[in-house]
Amino acid sequence: MTNGSMLAFILRRASLIIPTFIGVTLLAFALIHLIPGDPVENLSGERGMDPARRERLLHEFGLDKSLPQQYAEYVGEVLKGDLGTSLTTHEPVLGEFLTLFPATIELAFFAMLLATLVGLPAGIIAALRRNTVADYAVMGVSLTGYSMPIFWWALLLILFFSVQLGWTPVSGRIAVEYDVPAISGFMLIDTLRAGDMAAFRSALSHLILPSIALGTIPLAVIARMTRSAMLEVLREDYMRTARAKGLPQWRIVLVHALRNALVPVITVIGLQVGLLLSGAILTETIFSWPGVGNWLVHGVQSRDYPVVQGGILLVATIVISVNLIVDLLYGVVNPRIRHG
Amino acid sequence: MADVAALAISDGTAAPGPLREFWKAYSQSRGALIGLALIVMLILLAIFADVISPHPPNEQYREFTLVPPAWDTGGTTRFLLGTDPVGRDMLSRLIHGTRLSLLIGLISVAISLCAGTALGMVAGYVRGLTETVIMRLMDVMLALPSLLLAIAVVAILGPGLINAMYAIAIVLLPHYVRLARAAVIAEARKEYVASSRIAGAGPLRLMFNTILPNCMAPLIVQATLGFSSAILDAAALGFLGLGAQPPTPEWGSMLAGALEFIQRASWVVTFPGLAILITVLAFNLMGDGLRDALDPKLKR
Repeated sequence: MTNGSMLAFILRRASLIIPTFIGVTLLAFALIHLIPGDPVENLSGERGMDPARRERLLHEFGLDKSLPQQYAEYVGEVLKGDLGTSLTTHEPVLGEFLTLFPATIELAFFAMLLATLVGLPAGIIAALRRNTVADYAVMGVSLTGYSMPIFWWALLLILFFSVQLGWTPVSGRIAVEYDVPAISGFMLIDTLRAGDMAAFRSALSHLILPSIALGTIPLAVIARMTRSAMLEVLREDYMRTARAKGLPQWRIVLVHALRNALVPVITVIGLQVGLLLSGAILTETIFSWPGVGNWLVHGVQSRDYPVVQGGILLVATIVISVNLIVDLLYGVVNPRIRHG
Repeated sequence: MADVAALAISDGTAAPGPLREFWKAYSQSRGALIGLALIVMLILLAIFADVISPHPPNEQYREFTLVPPAWDTGGTTRFLLGTDPVGRDMLSRLIHGTRLSLLIGLISVAISLCAGTALGMVAGYVRGLTETVIMRLMDVMLALPSLLLAIAVVAILGPGLINAMYAIAIVLLPHYVRLARAAVIAEARKEYVASSRIAGAGPLRLMFNTILPNCMAPLIVQATLGFSSAILDAAALGFLGLGAQPPTPEWGSMLAGALEFIQRASWVVTFPGLAILITVLAFNLMGDGLRDALDPKLKR
């Protein structure tokens, strides 16, 4: 494969997301216009507003122009990085999102780490010990995890580990007595950089329960996917060849089977981003985790429409981008996809 | 064969042969049978909720607030699973919650399945610009995390049980559209469709009478799994205060209302969650079983 065709593949795939992205801006734009009553009316509240002031405000928000004109202006603002200002805090929406996003990434990263570290070996064991107690246990637990209402699961974890045993804190990112300058926004990195080990331990202990809660569903998905991918691979001819060559069992499993089984599994891990962000909304709400999920729920509850609109646009952009990256990586590891 | 079996369970009038064959395949999996048994039980609970519940779901026994379950110290057999912070019987509320959850699942899946199948069939049959517009729109909806999309819809329509159902129907839509489109594209090339067209069948008849019955299997499986995500999402919306509103005995909103009592009275939190878990698990078990029985391609 030459570099030219690789580039062509990347460009072809990347161009596919442009219509999706345009669709997302349309959806975010439509959101404001689908809400019953116009934004000015919502601002005025119960008492109403005199017509002259209403006209002025409509003009100020650009709401007196035609819809296509308003949409064009909206996209122009978005491309300049202006997503409006929050109605409650009067801060720029993009700035608020960027401040809170590292907290969500930190949580999501550890949730995925946990899900992979547990789910992958569990799936491998289930496949190797097919139809044994170990297999049934892994499959039973993962189906339960997959069906778990995670807001309730999070509460059970708090009830047991925080309330009964007192091992972990109930909520937040770090105990209040620690004041660590937010340089990267990632609490673990910032506390390490400050050299404050007590603060680091506090941050880590705050991270454990939310990561378990958020990681449970991806863990179940990864375990199920690993098992079926392994079962698929174990039947291949090259597995028989490897056994016939007299290779040791661990080498057959880890090198020959796992490497091939990993391709679909990695794709699944990558495609969990949407699921993970759905879960983050609930997990962050329960643990008062100061991330974008919590922020979005507050935005909806306080009818802060610029926050909802901007948040939806940003989250969708992230999901689309991550899916694209997964797609591209998949093409890189699997040449058959590139020529599709 | 799988397609005929799919038909058989959808109208129940087909010859016993395929039905029996489907049942043979389905009953091979113990998990699928457990799921089916649980669902039958839940449906009975929902239908006879008024008869079974020992108390009316919203009756407040003011002198019996936060009574623990019967087996705990201080519990009484009058309130088997205890009472909530305002003295309502937990068991009765949970039973009535079954009715709500199954209804939410049924209505949102029905709306989504009908609309999604119609859109997908049109996209796959008409092709061209119509298909592009429909499928790109579905891509946009899939780009949003499901709960976020549901929250956005509720932000537009306003919180409430009915609006939560619409929101969930919209969230589930892309899956049915994609499945129906793929099935139509695969079926439309086959000869029985061509022969029906030559016999003079119009596009609507071809789509819904000729092709649709032969692509039911994946749609039925997806509808069953859709039930579980509908129930989960509805409970999540209720929990966030965006779905069913108090005093509706919906499991998610029951959980939300009991949060501050979690340390003193864990039963107000454990039971509603357990009810959600069991229901979702039952539909997932049945969905997996149906997939194995209806879709020979996925069978190992």
